[in-house]
Amino acid sequence: MTVDQPHYKTSDEVDFVIVGSGAAGGILAKELSTNGFRVVVLEQGPYLTEADFSHNEIEILVQDKLTNHPKLQPNTFRKTPDEKAKPQRALVYGRCVGGTSVHFTANFWRFHEIDFIERSKVGPVAGTGLMDWPITYSDLEPYYTKVEWEIGVSGLAGASPFDPPRSKPYPMPPLPVKSSGVIFERAARKLGWHPFPAPMAILSQPRAGRSACVNCGFCLGFGCEVGAKSSSLATAIRMAERTGRCEIRPDSYVHRIEADANSRATGAVYFDEKRNTHLQKAKAVVVCANGAETPRLLLLSANKQFPNGLANSSGIVGKYLMLNSGGVVTAQFENPLNDYKGFAVSRVLHDFYELDPQKVGFYGGGGLDARFDFTPISFAFGGLPPGVPRWGQDFKAALAHDFNRTMEIFCHGTSLPLENNSFSLDPDLKDAWGLPALRLTYKDHPDDLKLGNWMFARAHELFDAAGAHKKWSFPAREQQFAVHLLGSCRMGNDPKTSVINSDHRAHDVKNLFLCDGSSLVTSGRGQPTMTIEALAFRAADRITALAKRGEISA
Amino acid sequence: MIELNRRNFLLRAGTSLGAAWVTTNWPALLSAATHAHNAARATPPPKYEFFTPAEAAEIEAITARIIPTDDTPGAREAGVVYFIDRGLATFAVDDQKTYREGLPELQARLREMFPSGSKFSSLATEQQDAVLHSFDEESDTPRRAFRARPGAQSFFETLRQHTIAGFLIDPEYGGNHDGVGWKVIGREREHMFQAPFGYYDKDYSGWQPVAKEAEKK
Repeated sequence: MTVDQPHYKTSDEVDFVIVGSGAAGGILAKELSTNGFRVVVLEQGPYLTEADFSHNEIEILVQDKLTNHPKLQPNTFRKTPDEKAKPQRALVYGRCVGGTSVHFTANFWRFHEIDFIERSKVGPVAGTGLMDWPITYSDLEPYYTKVEWEIGVSGLAGASPFDPPRSKPYPMPPLPVKSSGVIFERAARKLGWHPFPAPMAILSQPRAGRSACVNCGFCLGFGCEVGAKSSSLATAIRMAERTGRCEIRPDSYVHRIEADANSRATGAVYFDEKRNTHLQKAKAVVVCANGAETPRLLLLSANKQFPNGLANSSGIVGKYLMLNSGGVVTAQFENPLNDYKGFAVSRVLHDFYELDPQKVGFYGGGGLDARFDFTPISFAFGGLPPGVPRWGQDFKAALAHDFNRTMEIFCHGTSLPLENNSFSLDPDLKDAWGLPALRLTYKDHPDDLKLGNWMFARAHELFDAAGAHKKWSFPAREQQFAVHLLGSCRMGNDPKTSVINSDHRAHDVKNLFLCDGSSLVTSGRGQPTMTIEALAFRAADRITALAKRGEISA
Repeated sequence: MIELNRRNFLLRAGTSLGAAWVTTNWPALLSAATHAHNAARATPPPKYEFFTPAEAAEIEAITARIIPTDDTPGAREAGVVYFIDRGLATFAVDDQKTYREGLPELQARLREMFPSGSKFSSLATEQQDAVLHSFDEESDTPRRAFRARPGAQSFFETLRQHTIAGFLIDPEYGGNHDGVGWKVIGREREHMFQAPFGYYDKDYSGWQPVAKEAEKK
């Protein structure tokens, strides 16, 4: 897959070095190389392709073949800054070319207008850093469309009355409906709600040399063997390579951004596979390392001008982290759903996207989706109802009966941005390379938990309307494990309350750009990757314009 | 001999026929490769890499209580003990100590509980269950298994998880012999599926837009 890749020398000052090859990094690589720039992408993980992917659950559940490794990259967790953090696996992200987009569920809703202007609309929320974005939905709309058409999203325009305006329909029809989707759709309609076919970054038809989804059932957590999942690996990375101007350099762990005395980034320092250190020189640095590793890299790059971390004059790098609230309600039905077949989600509803705080008594909103995202092994560990024995004849009987009769409703919701919620450097724990480990500090805002429980109640109503035989959930709990990594280097006009401006340019370092989940100002309602990719397309346009005007080079 | 598995099949097809052809014909290839693999499946009894035969007999007896054989196959028929043995030499190397220390502990416990018994495998099933219950500490199982993963845990919990994995893993990866685990839970052994998938979507009449009056609130 590495056809026609150039091989730049590290001493060669390329136009852009991009740190990370995931949802945002892949698209920036594609766009910037297409626009004529010379680009090196440094990816800490290996370059795996479709031939390396399998249905081997051990590789995923035990060996972390596609993700950050808890042994090499340990973490710590604490709830509040006055506690001492304890070693604990605190986050998961994709660690391979294509990043988290390789193993994600591929739910691809757009954000709605409200997500960008929430502070203006609902007012300040005491004790939080809730603020408006410096851009609006209409600024991003063309780029959402670009994601749908260039990366590949299946869906049905106009199916949800709550959808924001769009300039073009989806490029291909929705994926087939699953039994979970039909149950969800029928019951939701009985309740007067508005379910619609899930927009998914999975091909429902062959497209651009890629196969349509074959419904193999090993989707969430796994790399797609047929390239039907629209990961950066299957899409943008390949397009970037075809320009002949982009080099993808895997197994390259960037741990420092070098800057000169004039506060200009000069390149990225990384360990190669053998742990030799290199400096890739570049005219500008674009960091797309995700909402945990991007702030960590800035903090690791502290220097004389920036003793608290590169581009961190505001002191908020790593802060205002949002993980999205929510959880699942699970139910069983009389007849076999066989929901293990296919992708995870086929129906969604957005009736509760924008709740009125005056009526419900808390801030927030969310979406519900109908899904089954278990594999056989993960189902045996986490899919059976409470009270079933953990082994023996009754356990086996429950497995045999329930595996095909179970579905879930995933309740996705907002998280409020709190200054204390953050990724930072652990003062004691080191990773396998001797660098400070990531420390997660997180305590959900009480409204986030209230929202979670409120959404669970809606899911229970839906399952009642559907005639579920059995249903269960657990009260919303404070989170200690991060999957969505949002807001930790947020965008804004004020350099005191944000890290980057609306061009994704660091307020403090003119040739440093950050684009990934860390850029988000609000959390959206649970499915951030679509918006991260739209931001990446837009950032590429902005950066290209700046470069063409000569405003990036010294 | 190169095993005729799905991956080798695809790799060879890819080399000789070109990636584009493979992409176009992937679904058919997957189906063919799956069938070929299932048909060609030879089953020589594997040799143990970690356990002694005596230890293996004890482990197998425990797995057979975790997922018993009744009117359908259990851990024994799925060859779970071979999966665990191979695992302890590969992906679960870190758990070797747990097994090395756990087996003598089990031995001591069963002698304490049933002084006439010498081996777990020779106890009556009720006695076996009593021994296992004495080890089974209720762990705080994660309520959402995005990834169920073994942490630092007891011998019994480790063995429980390994047994489940060995019973339910895709048969291509060293457990779930002949796909019996999937037969028990009703998962068809195919690499691809087509809609309709289940009971509730088989008579779905297609997406219908909502009536006019239900428009945006």
